[in-house]
Amino acid sequence: MFRGFGAVLYKEVLHIRRDYRTVFFALFIPVLQMIVLGFGIDTNIRQVKTVVFNQDGRQASRELLDRMRNSDTYRIVGYVQSDRELNDAIISARARVGIKIPVDYSDQLLKGGTAQVLVLIDGSDSSVAGQALNVSTAIGFDESLRRVLGSSRGALPVEMRPKLLFNPDSRSPNFFLPGLVAVLLLFFTTFLTALAIVREKEKGTLEQLFVTPVRPLGLLLGKLVPYFGIGLLGLSGLLFFMVTVFRVPIHGNTLLLYALAFPYLFVNLSIGLLISSKANTQPEAMQMSMMVILPTIFFSGYIFPRETMPLPFYLFSFLVPGTYFVNISRGIILRGAGIAHLWMDGAVLLTFGVALLLLAAKRFQKKVIAV
Amino acid sequence: MVKQVRAEAAPTEAAGAAIVAQDITRRFGDFTAVEGVNLRVEKGEVFGFLGPNGSGKTTVIKMLTGLLPLSEGKAWVEGLDVRAEAEEVRERIGYMSQKFSLYDDLTVTENLTFYGRIYGLPKDRMERRYKEVVELNGLGPYADRQAGKLSGGWKQRLALGCAMLHEPKILFLDEPTAGIDPVARRQLWDLLFELSGQGITFFVTTHYMDEAERCSHVAYIYNARIIADGTPDALKGLPEVTPTGTRRVEITAPEITRALRLVRAMEGVRSATVFGQAIHALVEEEFDLEELEKRLGQQGIQVSEMRPLAPSLEDVFVELTYRRKAELEATSA
Repeated sequence: MFRGFGAVLYKEVLHIRRDYRTVFFALFIPVLQMIVLGFGIDTNIRQVKTVVFNQDGRQASRELLDRMRNSDTYRIVGYVQSDRELNDAIISARARVGIKIPVDYSDQLLKGGTAQVLVLIDGSDSSVAGQALNVSTAIGFDESLRRVLGSSRGALPVEMRPKLLFNPDSRSPNFFLPGLVAVLLLFFTTFLTALAIVREKEKGTLEQLFVTPVRPLGLLLGKLVPYFGIGLLGLSGLLFFMVTVFRVPIHGNTLLLYALAFPYLFVNLSIGLLISSKANTQPEAMQMSMMVILPTIFFSGYIFPRETMPLPFYLFSFLVPGTYFVNISRGIILRGAGIAHLWMDGAVLLTFGVALLLLAAKRFQKKVIAV
Repeated sequence: MVKQVRAEAAPTEAAGAAIVAQDITRRFGDFTAVEGVNLRVEKGEVFGFLGPNGSGKTTVIKMLTGLLPLSEGKAWVEGLDVRAEAEEVRERIGYMSQKFSLYDDLTVTENLTFYGRIYGLPKDRMERRYKEVVELNGLGPYADRQAGKLSGGWKQRLALGCAMLHEPKILFLDEPTAGIDPVARRQLWDLLFELSGQGITFFVTTHYMDEAERCSHVAYIYNARIIADGTPDALKGLPEVTPTGTRRVEITAPEITRALRLVRAMEGVRSATVFGQAIHALVEEEFDLEELEKRLGQQGIQVSEMRPLAPSLEDVFVELTYRRKAELEATSA
């Protein structure tokens, strides 16, 4: 059944040693993502550029502005003297937020009326807008409560004290890097395996092999194992940088992460085989691999939270194998989850893997061997 | 799903032959690539398999080597059923495809090592065979060169080396000399005969008539069917090739193209073609050659030589192809 495995393994290792460019290419994108997402992107919204049109200008209005500034959400970059200038500042993107305090702000407060403050928010970036909106509402409430309750009570009756578990500082490397593990492994298995088989199809060497006693399973496993090895090495490298450079500690059991990587790699291999049974040229194989890799990036929860997706997309995300592995990876690294928490995800991946491998082996037998 | 096929013992008349095919047919959808082909190749023969492009040569090879399932018919290679005993067949054959299909980025030694491992040669046997194959094919100086950097002739030798490493009984070579230079071509054929002397059977496809002439047995496939099968001499003696009441002559003369037009215009000339500096013509028995010489002389063409001619293999194949074409047109009309 496995005849030829050793021979193919020997040959494949030689290929990889000669042609390190392919491996480099497969490594390049995940590493680039690691650097950009690890260092570059901070998804926490702070210091939003803000312009102020303060028509009132008295003590109370300046106190309000101080509060806003102290929230760390707004950074006042300028003061303007008219509604038009306020608008222009936002349109020209000099500021994301414009605050207008009316001329009667202090008077209304003294009279006990309702003082209105206009907060203009640039909605073109929804996450910035959301943050600016929430914080401004919160400050408004806070300010109102203080004034309503006055100095009669020292403390507010209810105080919410949110505590962020697992990622107390809301750092984005903690969020992205564990998910990246899933993408990295996907690249190695699906992409490189498909490419390695299609290359032999293109060259005619696959046909030559089928005249020898090599068995399909020996051939496929011989091709898979080296890339699997590289994938695990890549995983180790990624974890190493994650812990040392990006200071994301692994709370759970690292061995469990490696163990659960197997069913995931199994799924990806099967997809790679399916691709290679369909594609006849390397560019075709690359395109088809991209069709698998992109949904993983978008729907697995790696970048965009699945919970906020429209229902069809959310349901679709259950079909993306990466979804389960992103959960496994984040679970182990961030939440310290054990097998008791993650066995379901592992089981789903294993089921996917077996089903796809049967399908792939059948197609491979039909389309590739008996051409 | 692999269809279970029961091994069928080779019929008694097939026993002892290297390859026997009985009415093998291969269809791709509506298209019939090979139809009712019968072949018998004896052990130790150099069997030349000829035919125009697309006539079914490669399909026959693929069926005999187990790359393509048979739609109909039966075939045995070394007495083994190609469908039911494909695995055993693969142990005993070597195959060299039309296209160079070794690994360009692996060296000569690495390619050979890979094939040795595929066939599971034990270490000592591998070492012995490696030495023998490298020596026989003269690959020694290139042992550490990457296959992709070898010239065409050396690539073919490496491919042959890989195909024969496991000491197969039969070697299938699909156009082994296509695109290599004449010296390399000659050397490769000398090598084939040397190996054939050691008892290996060769199944070779080619387009070169001089190669076909060297084979001990040739068959010609046209439009999915075999239309000639035998030793080169037997084929040349076929009555269809030189029909009764006709003979072949070679006419050597200057201004060959103008001369050809004149020869073709004469009554009693069935066909005429140019071969180098001479015209090969199939003429009727009572055709007057002196009359021809006179006619050409009147046009200022001095015939320098005129002699009777045996048909070449090319004549055989051309003649048979025309006949088959005419038959096909007659049946379809």
